[in-house]
Formats: sequence, structure tokens, C-alpha cells
Amino acid sequence: MKLFRETSTQNRTDGLFKFITLIGAAILLLIIAALFVQLIRSSELAFKTFGWSFIWSGEWNPIRGQFGAASSIYGTLVSTAIAMLFAVPLSIFIALFLVELAPPTISRWIGIGIELLAAMPSIIYGMWGLFVFAPFMGKYIQPFLQSVFGNSVLFQGPPIGIGMLTAGIILTFMILPFISAVTRDVFGMVPSVVKESAYGMGATTWEVTRQVTLRYGIRGIIGGAFLGLGRAIGETMAVTFVIGNSHRIVPSLFAPANSITATLANEFAEASEPLYLSALIELGLILFVITFFIQAVSQIWLKRVRKSMGVQ
Amino acid sequence: MKRIFKLLPLMLLAALAVASCSSGNKSAQNAIINGAGATFPYPIYAQWAHKYQKLTHVRLNYQAIGSGGGIAQIKAKTVDFGASDAPLKPQDLQAIGLIQFPMIIGGVVPVVNLPGIQPGTLKLTPELLADLYLGKITKWNDAAIRAVNPDLKLPDLAVTTVHRADGSGTTWIFTNYLSKVSPEWKEKVGFGKAPSWPHANAVAGKGNEGVAVYVKKVNGAIGYVEFAYAVQNKMNYVQLQNAAGNFVAPTIETFQAAAANADWQNAPGFYLVLTNQPGADSWPITGASFILMYKKQEKAAVAKRVLAFFDWAYKHGQQMAIDLHYVPMPLKTVQLVEETWHKEIKADGKPVWP
Repeated sequence: MKLFRETSTQNRTDGLFKFITLIGAAILLLIIAALFVQLIRSSELAFKTFGWSFIWSGEWNPIRGQFGAASSIYGTLVSTAIAMLFAVPLSIFIALFLVELAPPTISRWIGIGIELLAAMPSIIYGMWGLFVFAPFMGKYIQPFLQSVFGNSVLFQGPPIGIGMLTAGIILTFMILPFISAVTRDVFGMVPSVVKESAYGMGATTWEVTRQVTLRYGIRGIIGGAFLGLGRAIGETMAVTFVIGNSHRIVPSLFAPANSITATLANEFAEASEPLYLSALIELGLILFVITFFIQAVSQIWLKRVRKSMGVQ
Repeated sequence: MKRIFKLLPLMLLAALAVASCSSGNKSAQNAIINGAGATFPYPIYAQWAHKYQKLTHVRLNYQAIGSGGGIAQIKAKTVDFGASDAPLKPQDLQAIGLIQFPMIIGGVVPVVNLPGIQPGTLKLTPELLADLYLGKITKWNDAAIRAVNPDLKLPDLAVTTVHRADGSGTTWIFTNYLSKVSPEWKEKVGFGKAPSWPHANAVAGKGNEGVAVYVKKVNGAIGYVEFAYAVQNKMNYVQLQNAAGNFVAPTIETFQAAAANADWQNAPGFYLVLTNQPGADSWPITGASFILMYKKQEKAAVAKRVLAFFDWAYKHGQQMAIDLHYVPMPLKTVQLVEETWHKEIKADGKPVWP
């Protein structure tokens, strides 16, 4: 009798447990779907008014009711690209130093530092960027770049410190800890047997790094890079502080620009006309789609890399 | 587990008791005025509200969400009054059934960051200001600026214009002024809360404080902020040439001069923009902040409570306004406003005021 009761309780609780976890998982999907539907419904007005040209029109003029997303999309993509360009190689160097070269004590302390950086709220990066880093850029880095590269298209205009390049570099600082933490863990997981046999065959540190560690860790590096990319593309506060919030597409990286998130943060509260609001929501939808697309591509890519590298 | 179920009703009861307590408190005082809108007059509204609550126990709940938000909220009838820095046109007021009246006057001040130039010494004509923002003048040592400022040693710095990133009543006043003084500005840009800025080297900050910070951080920047922000941040303000041709500095006196010349009597719906006012001492970029209320009020007591607060602020809040660098409404205008209240605001067909 007692035995019977116990099994029934077990069945019941197991069923309940299963059900609760199922609900949890379902809620996740439901939220994504609901967000998507809501974004589409609220941006209908803007889509009806401007059609697909919303995506490539650079005109953003709330007074005349003209809205185009191009300047915001451009700023989001370029600032993120700058961040990735700096952050990925740097992260690999940091991780290699920590795993292969540094003494364990130093490695541990730097590791703690990286984790602290990752936990820092983005508004801190924004404020530091605006009050400390942007004036530094304007005073030293930008004049230096101009003196080296002359009046090239990328570095035109007065060095004001605020703009696309500064936003990209601040984003670099923000995603650096994420990518390097992941990369470090991946490098740490390379079996020492493999490395030791390479050393045993007379390989130099560089050769081991190139042939063994990097090959073994490529999947993790890409995974970490996409983690950083995901954070960079949706970053709002830090970018809003330093990008300059100007709705123009200018090739110069010194010029003020805009990103989707910065536009939303700045203009949402005051958007009283329905079309204005709808255009902003369509911007949000575009960001949603871009993020979704990046995630999908990264998943597919990771799968293919896994296969072709033959590492597991 | 079972214990929790036993406790649950108790907890619910406790929660209910707490809820009823707080709602009981509300009905006991039950004197809250709800308003929302412009950020520009927020500091003075907050001061008035603080003092008024001490005197009368009537609490003002004012949300400084911006002029656009204020208009949206009063349209949605979620507040007793809306506040906007940009006046609504008489026909728009008519269409919604609102009246508007000016509550307080303030000045918008161009501020610059020019190393070596003392605060208040740079002089700008209306044309120069428009050309700077149009991107036609790109260097501070341009001959056109030097011609007006022969005594100043202007630096060889690029001009960076700073404007508001968010829709703003301050921007509305500023661009309204530029449209009045520059035909080219009027044609190319126009005026509004968030126009499309023409200058390639233009940075935008959120809020008055955002503009102030960018101007302070970028050498060669020019921006525009509400006067109180320029004073608080000790910014380098400029002298502007007014409609009479005189160069004036932004002070309470020059704002008052601009306000004194305002002809509220002949402005239907109090639709009057105080930019580029005549008068030898008038500061040219002055603006009033407006209150919006429904003509047809559902509850006479609520409407009267709101109007009583404004009446008190008009008559007893003047020194507080001056302390915060605003210009209080002249009593002559207040009289005019209160006559309008009497004529226009009604509940059940009867005047609410006085």
C-alpha cells in the first residue's frame, strides 16, 4: 500500500515537473512570437506609407513626415563592424597570453579583471566614453590619424572626438571581455596531451599556437565572436552617448552618426504623431530581423565549421 | 508545501488590508492635480508644487515627459492639464476643445565652447547664427564673424553645431526664431520640435543637459539651451542682435523686455510666439510655456482645484520664478488669462472660475 502511494506521488510530481518545464520553454517561444507580431502590427502604418524604400531612404525628417532607416542601419552596422575588427584579434591575443604564456598568478588576476569588465553596466562605458575617452580621441588620436593618413575619406572633418569611430571603439571595450573570456576557456580546454606532443616534436610556441590551439579552438572563438556581435549590435546607452546622434550618412568615421538603438532611445518619448511612432517601431523590427539573421547565420556557420575542422 | 497553502489566505488578507489602507489614505486627502508635458518649465513647476503642497495639502503630480507627450496625454484625457512649450494653433485647440494659456516665460540661449573667448563677449547677428547652423560658416575665424567681433581673437577651429536629439519645445522656439530671421532656413529646414538638421558636422544630445555636455566637451561647438542650464553649467553664452539692431546679453531683464512687448490682448487662443520681439532691449529667442486644459470640464471641483493652483502660482510664485531664471507672467496678462478662464472653462454649462 505504502509502496503504491509512493510511486503514484512520483508519477504525479514527475508529470507536474515535466509540465512546468514545458510551460517555461513554451513561454520563451511565445514571447518571441508575440514580440514579432506586435512589432509588425505597430509598424504597419509606416510600412504602408513608405513601403520597402523605408530601408534605403536616408531622409529622416519628423517635421515633414519623411522617415527612412538607412542612416540608422548604416550606423549600427558600421559601428559594430569597427568593434568586431578590433575586438576579435585583440581577444585572441589576450586569451593566448593568459593560457599559454602568463604565469598562473597573473593569469588569474587578469581573468578576474576580465570578468569584472564584463559585469560593468553599459551606461558606465557611455559616461566614461563621453567624459574621458571622447575628449582624448579628439585631442590626440584623431589628429594623429589625420597626420598619418592625410585627408583620406575615412578620416575627414574636424576631430571632435564624438562620432562613429569613437562609438566603435567604446563597443570594442564592451565586447572585449565577452569574447576573450570565451576564447580563454576554449584554449584552456585544448588537451595538454596534444600540445605536449607537438612541443615534443620540436614545435615552437608560435607553431603550437597556430597549428594546435587555434585550430582546436576556432569553433569557440567564432562562438565568442558572435556573442560579442550580439551584444554590440543591440547596445544602446554607451553608443547613444558617443555616436553623436546625427541622421546622416557620411563616409568619414570622425563624423557624428546614428544607430538604430540610439535613435529609439532619443526619439521614442517625444514621438507623438502616429506615423513617427510607427516608423520608430519599424526601426525596432529591422533590428529584430538583423539580430535574428545574425543568430541564424552563426548557428549554420558553426555547424559547418565543426564538420570541416573535424574537431569535437 | 501544505503550510504555504494554509498561509496563502492569510497573506491575501494582509495584502488586501494594505491595499485598502493606502486607498483609504488617498480618499482622505484626495487632492492631487495631475499634469504632464514640457521639461523646460519643470524646475519651476516643481518648486511651486512643493510650496503649494505645504500651504494647502494639494499635491501636484507633474510628469516632465516633453511637450509632445503633454499634448498626447491631454488628448488621451489621462491628466488634468497638459503643458507645451510650443503653442497649439487656434484651429487645433478648437478641434480638440482645449484652451491654452501662457504660464511662464524663459529664454533660449546660444552657448559656445571657444578657448580664449570670455563668456558673453562673442557677438552674433541673426544671419551669422543661421549660417552657422546651416553649415555655411565652417570656421570660427571666418571673415563674417570677425567683422562683427573686431576686438576678439577668434580661434582657427571648425564649427560643430549641437542640437537636441529628442523632440523638444526648446528646439521649436530656436528653429522658429531662425525661420523668422533667415529666409533660407525657413525654406530649407523650417521649424518644429525635431527638424532635419542641415549641417554635416552636427552632433545631437538628449535633453538640455545633453546639449550642454556636448558643447562643453567639443572645442568649437555651438549649441542652444534653456537659460537656467547655461547659468547652472557656467557656460559661455553669446550676445545676439535683436530686431531693433542692438546686441543684448541673455538676462532676466532682456527676457522681461521681450515679454513686455508681447501683445497677448490681440492673440486669439494666446497663440503668440515671443521670438524676435520688437524693443530695444528684447532678447530675441524668448518663449512662453503653455498650459492646455479642456473647455468642458467633467468635474467642477477638479477644474477649480487646478485653476486655483495656477492662480496662486501667478500671484505668489513670482519671486521663485525669478530665482530660477524664469520670467513670471506680467499681472496684466494674468488678468487677461483669468478672464479667459471665466469665459471659456465650464462644467455643466457654468463657469468654473472664479
